[in-house]
Amino acid sequence: MQNSRFIKSMTVIAASIAIMGTSQIANAADTIKVGVLHSLSGTMAISETALKEMALMTIDEINKKGGVLGKQLEPVVVDPASDWPLFATKARQLLSQDKVAVTFGCWTSVSRKSVLPVFKELNGLLFYPVQYEGEELEKNVFYTGAAPNQQAIPAVEYLMSKKGGSAKRFVLLGTDYVYPRTTNKILRAFLHSKGITDADIMEEYTPFGHSDYQTIVANIKKFAAEGKKTAVISTINGDSNVPFYKELGNAGLKAKDVPVVAFSVGEEELRGVDTKPLVGELAAWNYFMSVKNPTNAAWIKEWSEYAKAKKLPTADKPLTNDPMEATYIGIHMWAQAVEKAKSTDTDKVIAAMAGQTFKAPDGFVVEMDPKNHHLHKPVMVGEVKADGQFNVVWKTPGPIKAQPWSPYIEGDDKKPDEPVM
Amino acid sequence: MHTATKTLRSGSLKEALKEIVKANRIINKLNCMIISDIRIKKYLVSLLLFGITFAQQAMALTPAQQISLATGDNDPRIAALSHVSELGDVSAVNFLQALLDDKVKTKGNAIYIVDDTTVTDALTGKATTLPDAVDDVVNNNQMRDELSATIASLNLLSKDSKVRLDAAKSLLGTDPSAGRLTLIKKVEKIETESTIKDILEQVSASIEITDNDKAVRMAAVKELGDSANPNNKEILSSRLEADGEADPEVKAAIRLALRSIESNMAIYDKIGQVFTGLSLGSILLLAALGLAVTYGLMGVINMAHGEMMMIGAYATYLVQDIFQHYMPNYFQWYLLLAVPFAFLVTALVGVILEKLVLRHLYGRPLETLLATWGVSLMLMQGVRSLFGAQNVSVENPAWMSGSLQLTANLILPYNRIFIIVFAMLVLMMLWLMITKTRLGLFIRAVTQNRGMASCTGVNTSKVDALAFGLGSGIAGLAGVALSQIGNVGPALGQSYIVDSFMVVVLGGVGQLAGAVYAALGLGIVSKFLEGIAGAVLAKIFVLVIIIIFIQKRPQGLFAFKGRSLD
Repeated sequence: MQNSRFIKSMTVIAASIAIMGTSQIANAADTIKVGVLHSLSGTMAISETALKEMALMTIDEINKKGGVLGKQLEPVVVDPASDWPLFATKARQLLSQDKVAVTFGCWTSVSRKSVLPVFKELNGLLFYPVQYEGEELEKNVFYTGAAPNQQAIPAVEYLMSKKGGSAKRFVLLGTDYVYPRTTNKILRAFLHSKGITDADIMEEYTPFGHSDYQTIVANIKKFAAEGKKTAVISTINGDSNVPFYKELGNAGLKAKDVPVVAFSVGEEELRGVDTKPLVGELAAWNYFMSVKNPTNAAWIKEWSEYAKAKKLPTADKPLTNDPMEATYIGIHMWAQAVEKAKSTDTDKVIAAMAGQTFKAPDGFVVEMDPKNHHLHKPVMVGEVKADGQFNVVWKTPGPIKAQPWSPYIEGDDKKPDEPVM
Repeated sequence: MHTATKTLRSGSLKEALKEIVKANRIINKLNCMIISDIRIKKYLVSLLLFGITFAQQAMALTPAQQISLATGDNDPRIAALSHVSELGDVSAVNFLQALLDDKVKTKGNAIYIVDDTTVTDALTGKATTLPDAVDDVVNNNQMRDELSATIASLNLLSKDSKVRLDAAKSLLGTDPSAGRLTLIKKVEKIETESTIKDILEQVSASIEITDNDKAVRMAAVKELGDSANPNNKEILSSRLEADGEADPEVKAAIRLALRSIESNMAIYDKIGQVFTGLSLGSILLLAALGLAVTYGLMGVINMAHGEMMMIGAYATYLVQDIFQHYMPNYFQWYLLLAVPFAFLVTALVGVILEKLVLRHLYGRPLETLLATWGVSLMLMQGVRSLFGAQNVSVENPAWMSGSLQLTANLILPYNRIFIIVFAMLVLMMLWLMITKTRLGLFIRAVTQNRGMASCTGVNTSKVDALAFGLGSGIAGLAGVALSQIGNVGPALGQSYIVDSFMVVVLGGVGQLAGAVYAALGLGIVSKFLEGIAGAVLAKIFVLVIIIIFIQKRPQGLFAFKGRSLD
């Protein structure tokens, strides 16, 4: 008696759960949910807000063309507020509560590292749009930004070339977290391989959100005066770049004497800075807004119109940059892969991503490597112009393959060029 | 002499220059022998200048030259530039300047100069329209460096001595190509003004240091060693490399010269370090002064103090925005209005906060702490809702960008100087207010003995509100200063609240003077530590030092002797 009642009640509960489940599935059938995980406040908001907007624009564009698998994409935007543990919490919320099919997000490597366990545990899918330090190859992540050999190494090679000023001394300056530290480790090993000794390398770190660069700029000047052509390699991230470049300009450290090449500064970060004293400072990326080709012109036009239509605060001066391009490529490639796989299932999409191609605004048809989850991208070095745009002064003839495991780090040569399952 | 004018007529400037130099040498000799006649020299210069204006018509850049300057790879372009300066062709300056300013566009072999709206065909000099799909001339740092050096060396031939001086200064520390060297050497000989001549001597010394003649090299080393210019230091020390100087005697001279430059520089380095310390100290002081009033004098632990600074910074942003939109002509002076506006807004917020919240919590420090912390969260969220979570950009007025160059390696940025002066002014005003005015007297009376003050007829609740408003207003002024050097965002106050409390506690609660010493001391110590240990460790060290200090001396640097602290 007791037992049968228990069974009865269990059936009711099971049935109601089943109904709830189907109703959720029924809801989900109308749209495909897509997560957008970028800091909209805090020190990284300066860089990441534009990526959120670009993600929304791309989703809009795909929806206008009929969506994916005949369904509309529904963006779920969350704000992890430049708070690294909060990134993990928000990622978990996106995956288990909102059940997103894919997430586009993160800028800093520390945020990527903090969401990684969540994506692995729940078998989610993350598209990461920013250049980074490499040393990572995860099944659940697609890296649409550059690996060190697609940005850092070519940029330093350029500085060492005659055209780039034959630099012989280097200041490695960065924000204190995993990306700058690892990149500088790779660069130091690379510089050693080029015969540059430790005496000619100065390494400095500042905390996130640091705003007083007087001492550091003075130190750079002093280091540069000790002889031989000096260049600064900056991996400063977030809004610290604004006081850093202001200080550079005020202290009269000119690009022709000591050029600064930045890996995390693009058109968007220079928005609030008077760029006239900074003419000639460099940045290395895989895309610049000033690149001339029809795809880029159309993309910039689309973005400007979108910014105007949505009345974004930046609409009067719409800018595009490399991570925005990587976001745009990533979302399109994911949509193509879903169409190919005829499913949003993580494993099927991952399999379908291999070898996807897309005609990118950088002027090339970029390809997702069949194995290593990274894009083949062209490398460009640009110099800041007085209007805050970049002059491309050097670029590779075509896209190059990413090496997530840098040959300059010991033991990396033995690691396989594909995710280990 | 006669031959020179003759050659000029025939239009070849190069030949003319050679002749003039030759003639100059002869005249120099004559000068020594007969009479030193400056007039002859002057005549020579004017003749040279005449020759150049004359040559301008005769030999502007040829189309082939322009094409080789504007198109192709860096190396041939640099060679073309070197050729231009060797010729001393002043007519090239305009075209080179247009190249430097990115005004030159090319299409095939056609070259256009685009100046705002007008387009000129550079080859014919006629106005034209820009065809579609022109290419920009891309100048990288190397090219820009060469271009500006060439322009400078050509400007050495200018009639205006100021232009010549600027040109000479900008040539210091560049490494001149062979073409420019010929020109500089020529100009050096005919230059009449001693300051310009001195600089030119340094410039040519930096080239002659690689000369084949040992005596020339020695002289060059001496010349460079006499200056305190870090650029020269770079040139000298690069000669000590393996592939540089071989002669031991010259090497020793280089080392000596380096040492003299270094000792010269070291003094200015120290001054620079103290300056950065003072600058940080003055920011800390500004941040802490308001707190010295609210916490120090009134004993209110105001966790929303940082947010008052944030509000001050946003008030600056608002004023800047209004100026940008309605009075762009007076934009340079928006700070003059921003300072009182920020003070009034934050003082008002302070008074409201006191009347609504703090009034009911006097004598209950823990509850005050919690309540003001809550208020700080509310203020931050309020600003986020009003202005958005992203940083807003506050532009410096033009007179605050740039820097004051005292010596080659001592450069003081204007915005830092401004903040030091501003902090001193605020401090003075506050001091006058507290010691010389009636309100100040009341504030001191109330903080020292509330009951007694009340008995003598002081309206203590009004004084409390005004004092808190004053403290908040000063925090607002700090916000104005912070908006000029850092980022303005909702979390601005968070990064300064700890520092402000540190200053007030270290200085001794209840003392303005204590706050001043503590702020400047902390500024200089942390900048000194940053120089040694880096920014991250310096921050940790400073905190450790303060913890130890407060443990040994809980009352801070200056103890307040009175009854209020029992």
